[in-house]
Amino acid sequence: MIDPSQGLDDRVDLLIADGRIARWGRDLQAPESAETVDLAPDCVISPGFVDLHAHLREPGGEHKETIASGARAAAAGGFTSVCAMPNTDPPIDDPAAVGFVRAEGMRAGAARVYPVAAATVGSQGTQMTEIGELVQAGAVAVTDDGRPIASSKIMRRLLEYTQTFGIPVLSHAEELALSGNGVMNEGLISTTLGLQGIPNAAEDVMVARDVILAGLTAGHVHICHVSTQGAVELIRAAKARGVNVTAEVTPHHLTLTDEAVQGYRTECKVNPPLRSRADVEAVRAALVEGVIDCVATDHAPHHYEEKEREFDDAPFGVVGLETALGVSLKVLVEPGLLDLAGLIDRLACRPARIVPLPEGTGTLAAGAPGDVTVFDPTKRTRVRPERFHSRSRNTPFAGWELPGVVLLTIVGGRVVHRGEAQG
Amino acid sequence: MSAAIGFGKDLIGLEHLTAEQIRTILDVAEPFKEVSERAIKKVPALRGKTIVNLFFEPSTRTRVSFEFAEKRLSADTVNIAAMGSSVVKGETLVDTARNLEAMRIDMVVIRHSSSGAARFLAERIPSNVINAGDGQHEHPTQALLDLLTVRDRLGRIEGVRVCIAGDILHSRVARSNIWGLLKLGAEVAVCGPPTLVPPGIHELGVCVFRRLEEAIEWADVLNVLRLQLERMEAGYIPSLREYNRHFGITSARLGRAPRDILILHPGPMNRGVEIDSDVADGPHSVILHQVTNGVAVRMAVLYLLAGGAPERAEAAKRGTGDES
Amino acid sequence: MAEEGRLVMDERAVRRAIERMAREILDRNGGAEDLVLIGIQRRGVELASLLAAEIQKAEGVELPRGSLDITLYRDDLSTIGPRPVIGETHIPDIDGRNVVIVDDVCYTGRTVRAALDELSDFGRPARIYLCALVDRGGRELPIQPDFVGRHVQVGPGETVAVLVPEIDGRLAVELRKVKRE
Repeated sequence: MIDPSQGLDDRVDLLIADGRIARWGRDLQAPESAETVDLAPDCVISPGFVDLHAHLREPGGEHKETIASGARAAAAGGFTSVCAMPNTDPPIDDPAAVGFVRAEGMRAGAARVYPVAAATVGSQGTQMTEIGELVQAGAVAVTDDGRPIASSKIMRRLLEYTQTFGIPVLSHAEELALSGNGVMNEGLISTTLGLQGIPNAAEDVMVARDVILAGLTAGHVHICHVSTQGAVELIRAAKARGVNVTAEVTPHHLTLTDEAVQGYRTECKVNPPLRSRADVEAVRAALVEGVIDCVATDHAPHHYEEKEREFDDAPFGVVGLETALGVSLKVLVEPGLLDLAGLIDRLACRPARIVPLPEGTGTLAAGAPGDVTVFDPTKRTRVRPERFHSRSRNTPFAGWELPGVVLLTIVGGRVVHRGEAQG
Repeated sequence: MSAAIGFGKDLIGLEHLTAEQIRTILDVAEPFKEVSERAIKKVPALRGKTIVNLFFEPSTRTRVSFEFAEKRLSADTVNIAAMGSSVVKGETLVDTARNLEAMRIDMVVIRHSSSGAARFLAERIPSNVINAGDGQHEHPTQALLDLLTVRDRLGRIEGVRVCIAGDILHSRVARSNIWGLLKLGAEVAVCGPPTLVPPGIHELGVCVFRRLEEAIEWADVLNVLRLQLERMEAGYIPSLREYNRHFGITSARLGRAPRDILILHPGPMNRGVEIDSDVADGPHSVILHQVTNGVAVRMAVLYLLAGGAPERAEAAKRGTGDES
Repeated sequence: MAEEGRLVMDERAVRRAIERMAREILDRNGGAEDLVLIGIQRRGVELASLLAAEIQKAEGVELPRGSLDITLYRDDLSTIGPRPVIGETHIPDIDGRNVVIVDDVCYTGRTVRAALDELSDFGRPARIYLCALVDRGGRELPIQPDFVGRHVQVGPGETVAVLVPEIDGRLAVELRKVKRE
C-alpha cells in the first residue's frame, strides 16, 4: 500500500467499512461480515486517482460521451474522482446545470463526478457567472476551458471574485491571436506537412499574463495542460515569488512530440498541440520537480466520424482516462524519473488539494472516503480502443504496450471496476 | 506508382520519392512532349481508363493541363468541381471517396484546400490518386514540370542554384520544389518577407535570403511564386505596392545580376506585384515553356501510374530482342 | 537473362540476310521510288539503317527513314504495367508513300498491330510492307511479314535475341534460355 499523503509505503492490510477507510495495518483481523480480497505481491493499493480535467460531453455531445460512460471510463482507468469540464452544449453556467451533472454522476455509480462550472456566461468571456450559486450547487472550480479567457480584465475579476468561495480558476492558456487557425505545433513538421502552426508563444504569453494577474489579485490560478518549456519557466518563477498558481500536464504531452502528427493523424490533433522533444523533456522535469503539480487527462472524446476527415477539419482532443496510468508509468516510472509513490502523489494526492474536494479525498488515512485504486504496475497490456468504456476511441496510443493494469477501483467502499476481466 | 517500376499506387508528393523515381518521371515526359507536337495529338495508352478530376478548389490551368494530358492518352475523363457537387452540401470526403469507388473509376486527380486531403483519399480507395495540390502541403506535378523546364534549359539540375521567391509559407509549389530540387542535387534557397517564410525551413537544407538583391546575386534560377491578395488583408505584408518595391521581380533588379537568370512562375501571375510584365515576357522567362511541359509531365505521371500487375510485369521484363 | 546464347546467325549471316531483303524490297516495289523505312524501337531502327545502306549501295538513293516507339499503343498496359523507357518516335511524311516497317523479331504480331495503328495516326501510306530479320512463328494475329531474314524454331523456355552493334556491340542472332527468377 502506497499513500504519499501519509508517507506510507508498506505491506499492510486495509479495512474499509461503511464507505470509509476504517484502518490499515499489518495482519488486520477482518470482521466476520467483511469481503476480503487477497492481492498478489506486486499489486499496489493507492488512494483513488483524481482527474482534474475531463470532458464528459453531456449535455449536447452524448454521441461522444455521457456522464455515465465517462464515469465508467474513469473508474476503468483507476480514477475515483473526475472533474467534468463545462464546455458542453449548452455550457454548464447555471446552478441547475451543475446540479444535473452532479446528479447524473451519482446515478452512474462509478467514479465520483465533480462539476466544474463555466467562468463566464455561455463561456463567452464577457460576463462572470454566478459563481457563489454555482459553488453552492456543487461546482469545484470555474473555467471556460476549450477557449481562453481573452480579456485580462475579466480574468482579473475572476481571480478576485473566486477567493470568497475558495475555488481556483482553471486557465486554458492560449493567446488566440497567435494560435490563429493553427492545427498543430509550429515548427519543421508543420512546415513540411503544410499545416498551420501554433507557436509555443501562444501558450507562454497567456501563462505570463495569468501568473501576473494571480500575483496582482492573490487569487488561485490553475494552468491547464501545460505543454511548453516557456510556460514551465514562467510557472516556476511565479511559484518562487509566492504566486498562488498550480498546474497540470497531460499524459500525451508527457509522451508525444509533433512527429506523431506525421501522416496527418487526426488522433494526434490536440490543443495545446503536441510539442517538440525539448518541451516534452521540460514538462516531465517540471512534474518531477513539482513546478507542475499533477497529471490530468484532458480526456476529450470525439466520435469516430468527426476525426475521420481532413486534418484541418477534425476536432482537437484525445481520450485519456483509460490510458493515463499506463502512459504515466511508461514515461515517468519506468525511466526512473518518479517512483511509484511520486506518481501516485501526482495522480491522487496533489490534484485532490487543488480543487475543494470533500475532506479526505486523495488519502487513505482513517476516516477518509473509501476511494481506493488497486493496480498491478508490472503487468503489461496492449491498448485496445475497442475495449474502452468511453464511448469514443480517439487515442494516439492504440496498439501501444503499456504497463499497469487497474485491478480494482473502489468508490465509497463499493467496487465500481474490476480489472481481471480485461486480462 | 506502378509496382513494376518501384513506385507506389499514388503520387501524393515528392517528399517520399527517390531521386531515381523523379528522374524516371522526367525521362518518360520527354517522349510525351513529341506526342503533343503530332497532328493527331493522341495515343491509346490509357484507352478505357476512367479518370475523375476532383477539384474542391477553383483552378483553371492545372485542371486543363491534366485534362489535356488525360485526353491525349485516350482516357475517359469526368470533371467534378466542388461548387456543383454534393460536396458543398455537407458530403464528407470519405463519402465522396466511397461513391467514386462504387463507380469503379481507375484514377482520381484531386485538388483540395486541406493539406493531407490527397493522402486521406489515397488511403481509402483502391484507385490511383494523383495530388493536384493539397492545401499548403504539396503540388508534385507542378514541381516536376518546373524541374523538367530547368533541365531543358540548363541541361542539368545538379548543382544549379534555384531560389524560390515570395510567399513560401502558404505555398505547396515551394514545398514540392524544395523536395524535388534537393533530391536531384540542386542548391536551394528561398527569399520572401520574413512573415511569409515558414519556421524551420532552413532545417531542410535550404538557404534563406532576407533581401531579394542577395538572392539575385546568388541564383541561376528564380521561381517566382504568386502572391495571394488575401495575404495583405491577413496582415502578412503592409501593401502590394511595398511588396512590389521590395520583393517584386523587376527588370531593374535583374539587370544587376552577375549572370542570366532563368525566370519561372507557376501562374497565374499578378503582373506588377510579384513580377513585372517586362520580366514575365522577357528573354529569360520560361513561363510558357513550363505550361507546355506541364502537359508532358502529367502524361508521364498518368502513364506511369496506370495499370500493372507486378508479377506479370516481371515476366514482361524478360525478352530484350523479342518484344512482340 | 542468360548472357550466353546459342548462335543462330553470325554477323555474316545477318549481313547476307539484309542484302537479300534489300533486294526483295526493291524487286517488290519496282525500285526505290516512294519507299520509306520505319524502324520499330529499338533494334528495328538499327536494322532499318542497315537496310537503307544496302539500298543506297544498289540504287544510289538515300531513303527517308523514321523510327517508331509503339509503347503507347500496346494493348497490355493493364496486364504488364507501364514501361519506364520510351524511345523516340520520328515519322517522316508517309502520305501516299510505300512504307516498310522494320522489326527485329516477328512473334505474336501484336507489336506490328500497334505499329500499324500508330502509323495510321501519322498519315495514310499507299502501301505498308513488313520486314523482320527473324520470324519465330507463334502468331496471335493475322499478320505475316513480307520480307524475312530467317525462320527460326524456338523451343520452350527459349527466346530470340537480335544483337546490333549500336546497342549490343555486335551483329548476331542468338537463342537464349529465359531465366526464371
